[in-house]
Amino acid sequence: MIEATEPIIENGEPTREYVRSVMYAMLRGRIMETKLSNLYKAGKIVGGVYLGKGQEAVSASLGAALNKGQDIFAPLIRDQAGRMAFGEESLDTTRTYLGSAQGPMRGRDGNIHRGRPAEGLFAMISHLGAAVSQVGGALLAKRIQGTLGSSVGATCIGDGATSTGAFHEGLNFVAVERLPMVVVVADNQYAYSTSNERQYACDDLVDRARGYGVAGHSVDGTNVHECARVIGSAVEAARAGKGPQLVVAKLLRLGGHGEHDDGSYVDQELRESHYGRDCVEVGKKLLTESGVISDDEYQAWVDEISTECQEAVAIAQREDGPDPYREDWSATASPSIRGLQ
Amino acid sequence: MSQAVTYIDAIRDAQERALEENPKVFLYGQDIGKFGGAFKATKGLQEKWPERVIDAPISEDAMIGMAVGAAIEGMRPIVEMQFADFGSVAFNQIVNQASTHYYRTGVPVPLVVRMPSGGTPGSGPFHSQSVESIYSHYPGSVVVTPATVSDAYSMLLQAVELDDPVIYCEHKFLYRWLKSENYEGDDLPIGKARITRKGKHATVVTYSAMVHEAVRAAEMLKQEGGWEIEVVDLRSVKPLDTDTVVASVARTGRLLALGESFPWGGVTAEVVSRVCADGFHLLDAPPMRLNSKDSPVPYHPKLWAMHRPTPESICAALRNLLAY
Repeated sequence: MIEATEPIIENGEPTREYVRSVMYAMLRGRIMETKLSNLYKAGKIVGGVYLGKGQEAVSASLGAALNKGQDIFAPLIRDQAGRMAFGEESLDTTRTYLGSAQGPMRGRDGNIHRGRPAEGLFAMISHLGAAVSQVGGALLAKRIQGTLGSSVGATCIGDGATSTGAFHEGLNFVAVERLPMVVVVADNQYAYSTSNERQYACDDLVDRARGYGVAGHSVDGTNVHECARVIGSAVEAARAGKGPQLVVAKLLRLGGHGEHDDGSYVDQELRESHYGRDCVEVGKKLLTESGVISDDEYQAWVDEISTECQEAVAIAQREDGPDPYREDWSATASPSIRGLQ
Repeated sequence: MSQAVTYIDAIRDAQERALEENPKVFLYGQDIGKFGGAFKATKGLQEKWPERVIDAPISEDAMIGMAVGAAIEGMRPIVEMQFADFGSVAFNQIVNQASTHYYRTGVPVPLVVRMPSGGTPGSGPFHSQSVESIYSHYPGSVVVTPATVSDAYSMLLQAVELDDPVIYCEHKFLYRWLKSENYEGDDLPIGKARITRKGKHATVVTYSAMVHEAVRAAEMLKQEGGWEIEVVDLRSVKPLDTDTVVASVARTGRLLALGESFPWGGVTAEVVSRVCADGFHLLDAPPMRLNSKDSPVPYHPKLWAMHRPTPESICAALRNLLAY
């Protein structure tokens, strides 16, 4: 059995330790992604780079609320911070982005398409919304096996993914089964280049929660304290048996869709709006001013994380890519049919 | 010989046995619980295992996504598509999520998707399709097409034991028409074809319900001119037992690849391609293919009966093949 963990919400507010773990993961995500962006520009990355800049508070609040080994997490494209908060090692990131054969995907898949499903960290496919039912299935399996306990499942998606049939089918399914599932929508105003007015027609995506019969919560995605409070509470509600939770975080994607995209189509007014704030800068200010961390401590975090990031990059850069002549090219697992077509 | 069990009984009873013997097995699908399924393939099973026979909303995509997640978590789900045709809604989850998972992550996703396939008179374009070819195209899945009562039983049990996604294509036309004394058979493994009828003048390579039409055609040609037609039942179309097919062609020198699915590409094209590549020198005549017509499956029984290969059209094809 999993040991009882420290509460992350007390009297409706996020605990100091939880907020600190969120901020720490935000910094880890930001520093890693800044490095990945530089490596991309230097031509060192195999494939594309997709960043979560501006979404770290949302992503990390979810990841830090989950317990690896007990919970299921299906991150999406902009969840570097959440992955790290959940417990994904930096080496998994660098090895996958740099094409090392020693990464979890062994060169067979890349960049954000990585995970360790046996450890509850699912590996996304590109088809948006597909993970909602997948995480629900893992929870249903736990329920059938009698191992559900206080486990929760969680996934992140964007505003664009809410338009898919998979999102609808998945959310309806977890609602029908009343599974302990948290779906966090980062409403970052753009799906690639498509703005929200071409994506959905309701006033607010959180209004959809009622239609599915799930709890709905809204949060300012640029405010780490609010993200920790709302997302942490949603995770705790799911854990407490209150059924699926839909959290809609409003924010702005601070960059293009990927590093190949300069995001020049992003409305200047939005960039200058409240949602155009950088959640890492906002978080630093909020948490140092409120005494949750000191300036010195913050700087020590930056130094420590930067060193660890550099090491993870250096290790992955020294490693070989996959050897196509040693690849077995078999997509099936069953011993009796391996190699047969 | 008493004809005690049908093809649909085999599917129901195999699921019952799987539930009985393996606590990791559970069933998920639309109307499969108290109602027992559109074809009664799960009749009475929810009463015995209420926790493991679960009704699904009409959400084929989510049904397969659910199965992938459950399989990662150690279960062995059997999902019933109410009709194989509706699997198109779950296509993404099957070919991109389930079938790529082991190759990408090293974590297998053992699950079975039961696909009530093929035409029956009056079922029309959206309750009649044969889908084996499209799923076979994608790496990572196993696609089986049982043609006999004992295969329907043993291959479903074997499918549950495999560590990969298995697309189990069960032919609706055989459900109640095909009977047997019991489920005993030769227990061939998935991946092995069977010589259903021995012959020496031509080989018909086929699967699923078309095995029975091929045997009828072979009997007609025997009466007609003493022709001895060999019928090979592929049983699983992926993997496809090329060795048994080529060995048969080596004996007969003539090949007709027969299937109920649409004619563009697919299993019959794959069979012809493999025989040409591996056994071109064995052929005494150009290999032939016979499939359904290249139109949606029609509703009216008169049109439907001509849309799919019939013993008569199979005989006509074989006469041309034998005359070459």
